[in-house]
Amino acid sequence: MIMATLVSPTVGAAVKLRRLNRLNRWTVGAVFAALLVFIPIGSVLFLSLGDSGDVWPHLIGTALPEYVGTTLLLLLGVGVSVFLTGVTTAWLVTMCRFPGRRIFEWLLLFPLAIPAYVMAYAYTDLLEYAGPVQSSLRALFGWQSARDYFFPPVRSLGGAIMFMGLVLYPYVYLLARSAFLEQSVSVLEVSRVLGKGPWQTFKTVSFPAARPAIVVGVSLALMETLNDYGTVDFFAVYTLTAGLIDVWLGMGSLAGGAQIASSMLVFVILLIFLERMSRRHQKVYQQASSRFKTLPTYSLKGWPSALAFGLCALPVIAGFVVPVLVLGQLSIVYFDRSWTPEFKSYALNSLTLSAGAALVTLLVALFIAYARRLRGGRVLRVATRAASLGYAVPGAVLAVGILIPFAIFDNALDALMRDWFGVSSGLLLSGTVAAVTFAYVVRFLAVAVGQVESSLEKISPSVDMAARTLGFRAGQTLIRYHLPLIRAGLLTAVMVVFVDCMKELPATLLLRPFNFETLATYVYRFASDEMLGEAALGSLTIVAVGLLPVAFLSRMISRSRQLYPSPSTGDA
Amino acid sequence: MRSGCRRCRLVALLLVVWLMGLTGSRAVGAQEEVNVYSYRNPQLLEPLFAAFTAQSGIKINSVFISKGMLERLQSEAENSPADLIFTADIGRLTDMKAAGLTQPVDSEAISNNIPAQFRDPQGHWFGLTSRARIIVTAKDRVPVGAVTRYEDLADPKWRGAICTRSGKHPYMTALIASMIAHQGHEESRKWLMGLKRNLARKPQGNDRAQVKAISQGECDIAIINHYYMALMLSDPEQLAWANSVNVIFPNQSDRGTHMNVSGMALTRHAPHRDAAVRLMAFLASDEGQKRYVDDNGEYPVTPGIPWNDLQGSWGSFKQDTISLTAVADQRAAAIRLADEVRYDH
Repeated sequence: MIMATLVSPTVGAAVKLRRLNRLNRWTVGAVFAALLVFIPIGSVLFLSLGDSGDVWPHLIGTALPEYVGTTLLLLLGVGVSVFLTGVTTAWLVTMCRFPGRRIFEWLLLFPLAIPAYVMAYAYTDLLEYAGPVQSSLRALFGWQSARDYFFPPVRSLGGAIMFMGLVLYPYVYLLARSAFLEQSVSVLEVSRVLGKGPWQTFKTVSFPAARPAIVVGVSLALMETLNDYGTVDFFAVYTLTAGLIDVWLGMGSLAGGAQIASSMLVFVILLIFLERMSRRHQKVYQQASSRFKTLPTYSLKGWPSALAFGLCALPVIAGFVVPVLVLGQLSIVYFDRSWTPEFKSYALNSLTLSAGAALVTLLVALFIAYARRLRGGRVLRVATRAASLGYAVPGAVLAVGILIPFAIFDNALDALMRDWFGVSSGLLLSGTVAAVTFAYVVRFLAVAVGQVESSLEKISPSVDMAARTLGFRAGQTLIRYHLPLIRAGLLTAVMVVFVDCMKELPATLLLRPFNFETLATYVYRFASDEMLGEAALGSLTIVAVGLLPVAFLSRMISRSRQLYPSPSTGDA
Repeated sequence: MRSGCRRCRLVALLLVVWLMGLTGSRAVGAQEEVNVYSYRNPQLLEPLFAAFTAQSGIKINSVFISKGMLERLQSEAENSPADLIFTADIGRLTDMKAAGLTQPVDSEAISNNIPAQFRDPQGHWFGLTSRARIIVTAKDRVPVGAVTRYEDLADPKWRGAICTRSGKHPYMTALIASMIAHQGHEESRKWLMGLKRNLARKPQGNDRAQVKAISQGECDIAIINHYYMALMLSDPEQLAWANSVNVIFPNQSDRGTHMNVSGMALTRHAPHRDAAVRLMAFLASDEGQKRYVDDNGEYPVTPGIPWNDLQGSWGSFKQDTISLTAVADQRAAAIRLADEVRYDH
């Protein structure tokens, strides 16, 4: 459209028309992709139209109030916890200099690699009545039984908030950090010139600019909290997801379960609405000129430095070091019972499946986000949001939502092939790795879209205009100009999705082919029966394999700021 | 469908072939094999499968599924590759039959080895092992003979002394359902309410975790499946837990101890029916049954199979012989009862 005003009016109309077509191709493609991803969610919604008998009157009279109350408290607790931890640590490692900062930059990501339910197992083993902590306390003070002292119960709402907060804060940390890294040096310099200290600069400059990214991070953490079953089940915390599984598998009402899942989506739509509200009237573009200057950082000395160190060390120790030590100790004790020569092939399955799914997810997210940038529009906006809902649906339910349409497609195709050629194609997609990959894309698209969109948003439209003026088409502009600018965001997205796929369990379990194990399904063999000792080695391997790309990509992200190092740094 | 142009058909065919290559979709192979969907832990079944393959040369492909197996079978319909289903609980077996996903098997080799109370009257499912829901009590705190029936657990004198897993877990559900089947709804409600009042803590953890809690003094009495005792006795860290409790087979003076089964069923559209029935017969054979006893400490369903040492030390006991289907029929009522007395909350 910009172009159209630049060319002469006679050819203008034709050019405009052609451009519109080309742009429309992006829109149509993006809407199609979004619809494809929406299929499973749509089929859950469709299932919820079924008859659930008197499940609801029963639930309302008994457990429903508790399900809703517990869910809200859990969301609130986890939300506050991930916000405080994520933003504080991200700002400290990006904007301050203190001993260990460079190591914390990537250490702070490590808890991401630990599946929430594994964290729950490890801490229960450590902190429960029979665990080493309470046993030593009893020995130390001569207490005889639980009645002699108070110790907060691990398997409780408080425990769930604490341990889910510890594994989920990296979402906020990552998004906040890349937002802080992408912030404009010139604005920071202005703030300094005006005599603002670190805290005021954070409040008036850094935080408002990073807010969209932070809100995305928090809402991702909350959606993950909402769909979790493993942790809440283990902690006997009765959320809506726990109620859903109970209605579906206990009372045998899939329709009732789907109805609960659908009403949970209301929570999510609310979250999305809040996120949009927070971004309204807000467009912060970086000035490309000083984009790659080194950020001006604050050098901390004395107790502020020690405090910063402590604040960063705490989540790393509690969220990574402690659970890994517990798992490590158990792995040694139970090594003979859990080691199998097939371990390597399980790890390889996990690795390739997750890497493939992460790449596909990133491409889809990039396509959708860029199409929205080219031509906003309500249709595309709604389609994107709808496609992102998959993250909030409990994995097992989403898997059923994939199972059904895939089988319908396979069976229809099979009937067609028999009819036309007299040969059977059997189940083409059901029970294959393709179905599992699709499930990952559907589940984790929200993570990638959120990250890519918030990165793209920071690029001023003047970049697009300039590129288009130079005659580059939309795709060329994306590849030549946008991608290098949002590299950090893309790497973050692909990394988070990868780690999420490594940990994914319920959909993998239900959709996978015969004789196919990933590390997560192998761990589940034991974890399903609370055999923590036997599950420890596999859990450690998930963490280790998940950490490889975390460490690698984290380096790339830090370096992405130093692409073109400028000699005059604004460093203090 | 005459209208489809030839080129369209060719393209469609090529597309399908390409997709088959891409997704690794298995073409119907000539080799004899059996495909298994299992609710049971693979480490329990794998040694049995290996023994069967060694004997028969039939390959077994298996996938361990927990939530959604019924939906998977249902949606795959007649193209489903699955031949056999394995479950760890009676409820799932009757669910599969009710959903029309199973077919009857009429094989003397199987029915001669599995007594009638452990199989579906029409042959839609077969129990393979049985497990007793026993009571364990702290050796040093509960005198022998103080608890002899499930009903005793509702006695107010045990206030704050009992631990169980979630009231909605299939094992608890089956126990409550058997109460309903025997005593009726009202009596069972009173019992469950009394039991709930006696709980030392909010129901949590699995059966092992309850024994652990007894060994640490958190509670004095728990309800567990019997084979967990054997599993704990063979574990380096859990041996001490198992040694801290006495084992009680409840209700010996009346109806007997509540029993559940793990079992198998042939799917309705099983593509390898004959091979699958051979596997079923193998698992029901004396050899298969003996392996179940030795590897997992479960009770055989076939009479006359020797018990393992631990089972021998407990001696024979009276089993509740109520029909498993009658128990399974009360499952939904049992779950609602657990909700109504707020057992888990």
